[in-house]
Amino acid sequence: MATHSFTTGRPARSGGGNAYLDRPWRWWRLLPTGTKWVALIAGAAIVVLPFLWMLGTSFKPEADVFGYPLRLQPTHPTLSNYAAIWKELPFLRLIFNSVVFAGGVTVCSLFFDSLAAYALARLRFPGRDLAFYLVLATLMVPFQVTLVPVFQLVFDLHWLNTYQGLIVPRATSAFGIFLLRQFFITVPRELDEAARIDGASEWYIYRKIMLPLAKPALATLAVFYFMNNWNDFLWPLVMTSSTSMRTLPAGLTLFAGQYVVEHGVLMAGAVISLIPLALAFVLAQRYFVRGIATTGLK
Amino acid sequence: MAPKAAGLAAADQGAEPAAVRAAGPVRRRAAGAGLRRHWQRSAPGYLFLLPSVAILLVFVAYPIAESLWMSLHNWSFFSSSHPFIGLGNYDTMLHDPRFWNALRNTVVYTAVVVPGQIGIGLGLAVALQRNTLVNKFLRSVYFFPAISALATMGIVWKFLLDPEIGIINHLLVSVGLPDIDFLQSTTWALPAVIAVGIWKSAGFSMVIFLAALQDIPGTVIEAAVIDGAGPWQRFRRIILPLLRPSMLFAAVIATITSMQLFDQVYVMTSGGPLFHTDTLVTYLYDVGFQEFRSGYAAAISWVLFLLILMLSMLQLRLFRFKEID
Repeated sequence: MATHSFTTGRPARSGGGNAYLDRPWRWWRLLPTGTKWVALIAGAAIVVLPFLWMLGTSFKPEADVFGYPLRLQPTHPTLSNYAAIWKELPFLRLIFNSVVFAGGVTVCSLFFDSLAAYALARLRFPGRDLAFYLVLATLMVPFQVTLVPVFQLVFDLHWLNTYQGLIVPRATSAFGIFLLRQFFITVPRELDEAARIDGASEWYIYRKIMLPLAKPALATLAVFYFMNNWNDFLWPLVMTSSTSMRTLPAGLTLFAGQYVVEHGVLMAGAVISLIPLALAFVLAQRYFVRGIATTGLK
Repeated sequence: MAPKAAGLAAADQGAEPAAVRAAGPVRRRAAGAGLRRHWQRSAPGYLFLLPSVAILLVFVAYPIAESLWMSLHNWSFFSSSHPFIGLGNYDTMLHDPRFWNALRNTVVYTAVVVPGQIGIGLGLAVALQRNTLVNKFLRSVYFFPAISALATMGIVWKFLLDPEIGIINHLLVSVGLPDIDFLQSTTWALPAVIAVGIWKSAGFSMVIFLAALQDIPGTVIEAAVIDGAGPWQRFRRIILPLLRPSMLFAAVIATITSMQLFDQVYVMTSGGPLFHTDTLVTYLYDVGFQEFRSGYAAAISWVLFLLILMLSMLQLRLFRFKEID
């Protein structure tokens, strides 16, 4: 017993009576560890390869892209691609559209979701359970099922190629409501009961008590909404057709599909479109991770 | 009789106003106040729910019904009449080679990517579970593709796989293998799309398993070590069974995402060459938004939904068949 280290959880090197612990040390027992690290580093190299190539190519003059031997890094680094992207595409407009779309969906969803979640978790009124079943039912259906009728609806409203067409149908989600409701339920009732007895309005309780408590959940949800919509492709592809209303992924893809494409310019665009999420990831990694780990967002 | 009746009536008349005067207004006020109080109590609930419920009804619930309705009609986006054809669209699908081909590709993709991403994700999680600085860094690296836009990264992968400028072919040739035009090859296009799918999603599964591993109490592992369990036994007999709920969870999420495969196919191959990477959603997109055959597209979307539902239920059973949980 004394030979086992309880603090590190690792078996000690020698000791009595344990077949596994008593095996003598041999050099080949390092093999699994060695293999593991070789595999981990090779895997990591494959994972970062596209990002490195993208970054390298964005600084390459076009001749360098076809140069031989192929390299990740540019031989004659240039910033001309980053200058050209603004001229060859309405790139500023694409960025603006992405910010308005992803930001708009995020802000509206957080507000509407938390309102609904508060009502479902804390208020009593006829029809509440019915509303909750509505939320649960819409949670299960993949968005492709509604894509065709929603396209028709948005068309009939003359909302194609508009920000409201992109944002409003997504301004709340059953998933967000459900997640926040589950969170609000765990908040001790004494908190809002006390406020209610003191005469606080429901709005006050929601705004001053529940929302501040829900900050971590809201941050997680915000990251989830922003990332999914910033990266989304099919929805903006269907809801917009004019170049000036495209978001970054859809705009870059269509640019890539056009006639002659300069690779460096395209990669400069790809790098810029990745920057906001990469920055957010570095600064607030735990919200990305928590979103997936605890709730299975996506 | 008549006077008596009149008297009674008079008495009644006399009594009633008195009673009304005494109780009526009070009762009426009580009822009114009750209703008002009831409304006052319920109103915040309705107001709080209003935006979300309105949006969900108009843009989700109604379209779900509308989608089913459309799928039963010969519904074209631009024509004003939509004749009812019952299950005609579904019948067409049964005899539509492009549908079966798309279904096959989607199923093959899912059948490879889901076990692939879960296997690799699990391996990564186990290998990187200790909280050292190097491990944390590697975790971030492996997770990074999950935050990138698949459509944008699809462009990058398309260049990497290019026979002219692609670094992958360059590497293949340098070790003596033949040059392959992956995305133009009927043999290699789908495997390429699958590889990109795993590249994008393995880190996502890893994060699910890391969270689950962190929840396993250290004492359980220590007890196993004392009982003489080697690393493999500990993994196989203790860690793996404890990870079952998160495996189920990861598998269901991965299946749902894989069945909806669209972005990288649209960008890298547009479903080609010769429909070899056509998927249910790329087919749905073509039918619904290029050919504008809304009814048929809606029918495809319902088949997709039912397939996802069936697969999710199957997984629920598969992962639960043995034990308690």
